[in-house]
Amino acid sequence: MSAVLAVRDLAKNFGAVTAAANINVEIAEQEVVGVIGANGAGKTTFVNMVTGYLPPSAGEIDFLGRSILGLRPRAITRLGISRSFQVAQVFASETVFDNMLIAFGVAEMRGPGLLRILHTESRARRVAEQLERYRISEYRDVIASSLPQGVRKLLDIAMAMVSKPRLIMLDEPTSGISIEEKFDIMDIIMGALREARTTVLFIEHDMEIVERYVSRVLAFYQGEIICDAPTAEALKDPKVKEFVIGKEYHRGRAGDEGKGEKAGA
Amino acid sequence: MTRLIDRTVIGLTAAAVLFGLLALLLPDWVRFIATQSFARGAVALGLLVLWRTGLVSFGHALFFAIGAYAAAFVQRALVNDAFVMTLAGMLGGGLMAFALGFLLCRYRGIFFALLNMAFSMVLWGLLAKNEALGSTDGMGVASPEFFGVELDGGATHLALFYFALSSALVFAIGVHLYLRSTLGSMSTAVRENEIRLEYLGYSAARAVHVKYVISGVLGGFGGALMAMVVGQVDPDSMAYWTISGEFVFIAILGGTGNVGATFIGALAFEAIRSAAFQWAPTVWQLIMGGTLLAIIMFLPNGLWSMVARLRERRAS
Repeated sequence: MSAVLAVRDLAKNFGAVTAAANINVEIAEQEVVGVIGANGAGKTTFVNMVTGYLPPSAGEIDFLGRSILGLRPRAITRLGISRSFQVAQVFASETVFDNMLIAFGVAEMRGPGLLRILHTESRARRVAEQLERYRISEYRDVIASSLPQGVRKLLDIAMAMVSKPRLIMLDEPTSGISIEEKFDIMDIIMGALREARTTVLFIEHDMEIVERYVSRVLAFYQGEIICDAPTAEALKDPKVKEFVIGKEYHRGRAGDEGKGEKAGA
Repeated sequence: MTRLIDRTVIGLTAAAVLFGLLALLLPDWVRFIATQSFARGAVALGLLVLWRTGLVSFGHALFFAIGAYAAAFVQRALVNDAFVMTLAGMLGGGLMAFALGFLLCRYRGIFFALLNMAFSMVLWGLLAKNEALGSTDGMGVASPEFFGVELDGGATHLALFYFALSSALVFAIGVHLYLRSTLGSMSTAVRENEIRLEYLGYSAARAVHVKYVISGVLGGFGGALMAMVVGQVDPDSMAYWTISGEFVFIAILGGTGNVGATFIGALAFEAIRSAAFQWAPTVWQLIMGGTLLAIIMFLPNGLWSMVARLRERRAS
């Protein structure tokens, strides 16, 4: 499969501090890639550089064969890379329905079309379908600031997916979500992304989530990728064990090996 | 099909028609004050567009003055026609907002508010010191013609009243429809979460710039209308920072819950000020201050919140 995203020699320095260095990655169409690493390892810096939030200090970023280096976030979004955030980014004082309505309006309209009425019957139908796809229809009229954390995360991702991106980058989709809810929420997210045939890259600290939903792992340590391999292989890698996930996790999981639902798009 | 004509459009139109009919029974001085209110209400309507975006300007007298002086210049240099003078005012306000918008769309909060004030005071200084612009005395503005028809004094004021009323209606409906559009809905998006808006694919700065130009056009209209109504343009009554404060006062008084609220606020402002000036000429500012205090304490969402409460009560 062809590369959706190709990153070469990407680096980011903040003064004398190196936040990312020598990042070389190719991500194929419809791959599901997990990015793991301790806090400060460079995971979010990597996503921020690809999505235009931070300008890289060096390197190249190609999306669908075209350089996106130096483009602003909105231009990158228009080209087909969307993202969600560790802290869900929604319009807090608006209802779930209105959040989604604005997302559809912005994604669907250009130039003078932006002056057309936002709330149309056909757009309201598409909003309802999207809410149903992400199983948040029952919260339709709830103000976003009063949503449970998991629902807010779903709303954030559902809004990011409105533009039908080719690649979505999720920053810790299960952070702040209870252990009981995390698999249900991830099932909803991954089901919807699979249906949309979107290439997925997500940052995750929870190795159970990584094992279950990801086919390939990029492990970051001190700004560099120390392992890029299929999930099972990566999680057994000695460097990953030492610098990223720790040995405790493997001792705990030794008895469960092979039981989890394996990743795959 | 999306309905453009909603409850607000019908309500605004009905209110304008009723007010237009009622005005025939009112004395000339009331219509004169009402016409001024429409001019100030239009500027406050521009503030509402920004306010919904989470931005307050303490310098909209800038556009008011530019609109007024543009109308005066067009009358002197080109043509004495109310429509052309008004268009010149709107164009002047819009162009100034377009130029300044490149800088101001990057600022938020107190910086946005005070930068506007700074620019308005720069203009005030230029107008006050420039002999060619009439210095502190300003310039006189003759009674305008309407499509080449010259009217006598009373008829001119009546014509200006209906011109102001119909323009206010058009602007209120226009802004209402704009706020219902995708671009208008970005007010919420900018106010609530610029990051999300950027990552939905639109520039928050551009959204603010567009809103700023709209508010500049409305400010220019207000200034041009005021110049024709009072027959005079001068820096102190057009560009000084206290004039900007009056527009903010009107926006607070009316509230930002509805586009019609700014005109209600403007009418109330003129009525309170006129009454205070007549009955307590030495302490009228105290009455205005007390009014503002009372509004903030008891009606923080302005006079419009009384209408909203009435609707809620009816609904329940």
